Amino acid sequence: MDELRLLLNGFGVVLTWYNVMLMMIGIIIGVIVGVLPGLGGPNGVAILLPLTFSMEPTSAIILLSCIYWGALFGGAITSILFNIPGEAWSVATTFDGYPMAQQGRAGAALTSAFTGSFFGALSGVLLITFVAPIIANFALRFGPPEFFAVYLLTFCSFIGTGKEDKAKIVISICIGLALAAVGMDTISGQLRLTFGQNLLLRGFDFLVVVIGLFGIGEILVTMEEGLAFKGKNPDMDLKVVLKTWAQLPRYWLTLIRSAVVGCWLGVTPGGAIAASFMGYGLAKKFSRNPAGFGKGAIEGVIAPETAAHAAGTSALLPMLTLGIPGSGTAAVLLGGLMIWGLQPGPLLFVEHKDFVWGLIASMYLGNIAGLIVVLSTVPLFAAILRIPFSIIAPMILVACAVGAYTVHGTMFDVWIMLLFGIVGYFLKKLDFPLAPLVLALVLGDRAEDAFRQTMLGSRGALGVFWSNGLVGTITTLALIILVWPLVSQLVARWRGRPDAVGPGA
Amino acid sequence: MTTLIGLAKGAGLAALFAATLWTPAWAWEPTKPVEIIVPAGAGGASDQMARVLQNVIGKHKLMKQPVIIQLKGGSSGGEGIMDAKMSAGDPNKILIAHSAIYTLPLATDLAFSWRDLTPVALIAMDEFILWVNSDTPYKTPQEYLAAVKAQPEAFKMGGTGSKREDHIITAAIEKAQNVKFTYIPYKSGGEISTQLVGKHIDSDVNNPSESVAQWRAGQVRTLCVFDDKRMPFKTKVTSDQSWGDIPTCKESGLDVQYLMLRGIFLPGGATADQIAFYVDLFKKIVATPEWREYVDTNALKETFLTGAAFRKFLEEDEKRHRELMTSAGFVAVK
Repeated sequence: MDELRLLLNGFGVVLTWYNVMLMMIGIIIGVIVGVLPGLGGPNGVAILLPLTFSMEPTSAIILLSCIYWGALFGGAITSILFNIPGEAWSVATTFDGYPMAQQGRAGAALTSAFTGSFFGALSGVLLITFVAPIIANFALRFGPPEFFAVYLLTFCSFIGTGKEDKAKIVISICIGLALAAVGMDTISGQLRLTFGQNLLLRGFDFLVVVIGLFGIGEILVTMEEGLAFKGKNPDMDLKVVLKTWAQLPRYWLTLIRSAVVGCWLGVTPGGAIAASFMGYGLAKKFSRNPAGFGKGAIEGVIAPETAAHAAGTSALLPMLTLGIPGSGTAAVLLGGLMIWGLQPGPLLFVEHKDFVWGLIASMYLGNIAGLIVVLSTVPLFAAILRIPFSIIAPMILVACAVGAYTVHGTMFDVWIMLLFGIVGYFLKKLDFPLAPLVLALVLGDRAEDAFRQTMLGSRGALGVFWSNGLVGTITTLALIILVWPLVSQLVARWRGRPDAVGPGA
Repeated sequence: MTTLIGLAKGAGLAALFAATLWTPAWAWEPTKPVEIIVPAGAGGASDQMARVLQNVIGKHKLMKQPVIIQLKGGSSGGEGIMDAKMSAGDPNKILIAHSAIYTLPLATDLAFSWRDLTPVALIAMDEFILWVNSDTPYKTPQEYLAAVKAQPEAFKMGGTGSKREDHIITAAIEKAQNVKFTYIPYKSGGEISTQLVGKHIDSDVNNPSESVAQWRAGQVRTLCVFDDKRMPFKTKVTSDQSWGDIPTCKESGLDVQYLMLRGIFLPGGATADQIAFYVDLFKKIVATPEWREYVDTNALKETFLTGAAFRKFLEEDEKRHRELMTSAGFVAVK
C-alpha cells in the first residue's frame, strides 16, 4: 500500500490554510463559471491561468483543478432549472432534470445531480489513486478502430433506447452530422461546407448551438404557453437534501454503472460528453421503469451526472501519465503544467511525487468541499424559480447571449444562437428529438475521423473492427444494443403477445 | 500607468521624471489590451508559446496594456489567419503564425497570402524528428526505410492533419527514398505521440516537445532530425542522450530538410511606428531568461529576423512550400 503512504503525504502537502483557501475560491469560481452558459471550464481555467504563473505549481494546480470541479458541479444547475446546459456534458442532465424542476422537484433534482457528481468524481479519484499505471497502459490500446467502436457504442446506446419516431431520430442525427462536418476535414485537409465564408471556418460550436436549441428554444415554447414557469413553489428547504439522499441507495446500480462508464470513457479520451450520454442511455435501457425517463425520473439525472463527473475526473489520468488531455479543460491544464516546468508523461509520477500526490489529495478534498458548497446552495438556486417569468426570462436571454459571445468572442455566434433557438422551437413543435442532433454534432466529426483513419490503415477492410478482443467486444456490444428493440419486438410477436411490445418499439 | 502613478506617489515628481526618462519613448504604443491570435487549439505548441509570451510580458512589464490570448484554431488555423486578415488596420492584434500561412491557401481555396498581413518578426523555428517505437529494431533511418521499401504502404506514418507540414515531410521522404507509406492524419501531435507508443502507427515526424515525455520514458526512439545541422542542446534529456546527439537525416543518408516558422504578424496596414514597437517588444522578450528556458526545453531553433530579412525569408519559405507541395500533388486546382 505504497499509494496510501504517498497519498497521506499528499494530504500533508495540501492541507495548509493557504491551499484550503485556494480550494474554496476555486470551487466558487468554478460553480459560477459552470452556471454561466458558454463560459465553461476550459475558458474559466484559461482566463485564470496567467494569475497562477507566480504561484507554487502545487497551489496553482489546486486552484485550477478546483475551478474544474466547480464547473463540473455547476453545469447541472442551469440544465435543471432552465433547460440550458451550462456545459456540454450537462445536456443529458436536462432530459429529466428540467421536467423534475417543472414538477416542483428542483431541489431533489439538484441534490441528486450533485450527489451523483460527487460519487462519480470519487470513483475517478480512487481509480487514479490505486490503478493509475495499469489504466494508463490500457489507454494506449486505443487506436482509430477502438475509438470508432466507442463512438459507435455511444450512438447506439443512446439511439437504441430512443422512444421517438425512428425516422425522426435519423433525421435529427443527419442534421447534427451535417453541422459537425462544417470546417476543415482532418483527413483530406480540405474545407467543407464553408461556402467561402470566413465565419464558417470555425464550424458550428457545440455550445453555441446547444444554448440556442435548448435555452432559447425553451423560452420561446414557454412564452407561447403562457409566460409562466411550470415549476411553481419549488421545494426550498435544506431538508430536501436529506429526503433525496434517503432515496438514492435504491439507485446504487445506476450509480455504479455510470461511474464505470464514466471512468472508462474518461481514461480513453472519449470524454465527459460521450460518457454523460452513454450513462443516460444505459440507465434507461436497464431501468425497471424506462417509460418514466424524460418525464422527471431521478435516475435520469443521476446517471449522466455521475458518468460526466467520473469521466471529467479520470480524464486527468491520461493527461498526467501520457500527456494527452481527455477534455478541453485538461488540455488547458496541460499547457499550465508545462509553463510551471512540469513535463506531463510517464515520468511525472516518478520525478514529481509531491506534486502528483498533492494534486490527487486535492481531488479528494476539492470534491468534498465542492459538494458542501453546492448542496448548501440548493435552496438558493431552487428559489430562483419563484421569480416571475417576465423578470427572469430576459435575464436568461442575456445570460445566453453573453455565453454564446464568450465562447469565441464574436457577435456572429450570438446570431447563430438565436437562429438555433428558432430551429429548436420548431423541432420541438414537430416532435423531433434534439438529443440525437446534439450527440451527432459533438461526436460526429470525431467518429468520422476515427472511421476514416481506420479505413486508411486497413485499406477499406471492415474486418478491422473485429481484429482484436477489445475492439471486437465494443463493436459487437454496440450492434446488439442498436438492434435490441427490434429483436425484443420480434420475440414478443413470435410468442404471440403483441401487448408485450417494448417501449423501444 | 499604475506603476508610474505608484512611483510618483511614493517618491514625488522627481521619481516620475526619472521613470519617464527610463522608459524609451515610442512614437506609438498599444491603446487597448493586445490580443494574441493563436491559430491552433488549446494546449498545443502555439497556445503554449502564446502563454509564455503572456507570462514574460507580464512579469517583466514590457507593455502597459495586458495581453489576451484568443484561440482561433478552426479549420487548422484558417480561422485565426483569416481573422488577422480581416482585422486590417487594428494594431492591437498579433498573430503567432506557423506554416499554415502557406499550406492552407495552397491546399484549399482559402483566399489568403501572408502579404495580406504585416510581418513583424520571426521568433523561432520548430524542428522535426523522425520517431519510431522503441520496441522496433530500427536504429537508423536507413534501416527503417529499407523495411518500408520492402513492403510498400504497409508502414503507417502518423501526422497532424492533411497536406500540412507532417504530410509534406512524409511526401518528401517518399520521393527522396522512393518508398511509400500509408499516411494517417490525426488532430494533434500529442495524440500521435501516444498512438506511436500504442503501436497503432509505425512512425511519426513530431516536434521535439510533442514527444519528449515518451522519449524520456524510453517508449520511443529518435532516428534523425530534419535540419541541416544537429541541434545545439547538450544537456542530457534521456539517461544517455541529449537533443544534440540526434544525427541529422542528411548525415544519415536521407536528404530531407524541413523547419517550421514561428513568426509574429500584425494585421495589414500597420504603420512604421507600430511595427517598431512590436519589433522592440519581441527583441526584449527573446532576451529574457524565461524565453531562453522555453527555447531549451522545447528544443526550438533559435532564430530572430525582422524587417527586410524576415520578408526575404518568407518569400523563400513560401516558394519552397509551393515546390514541395506541387511535387507531392497537394496543391488545389483552382
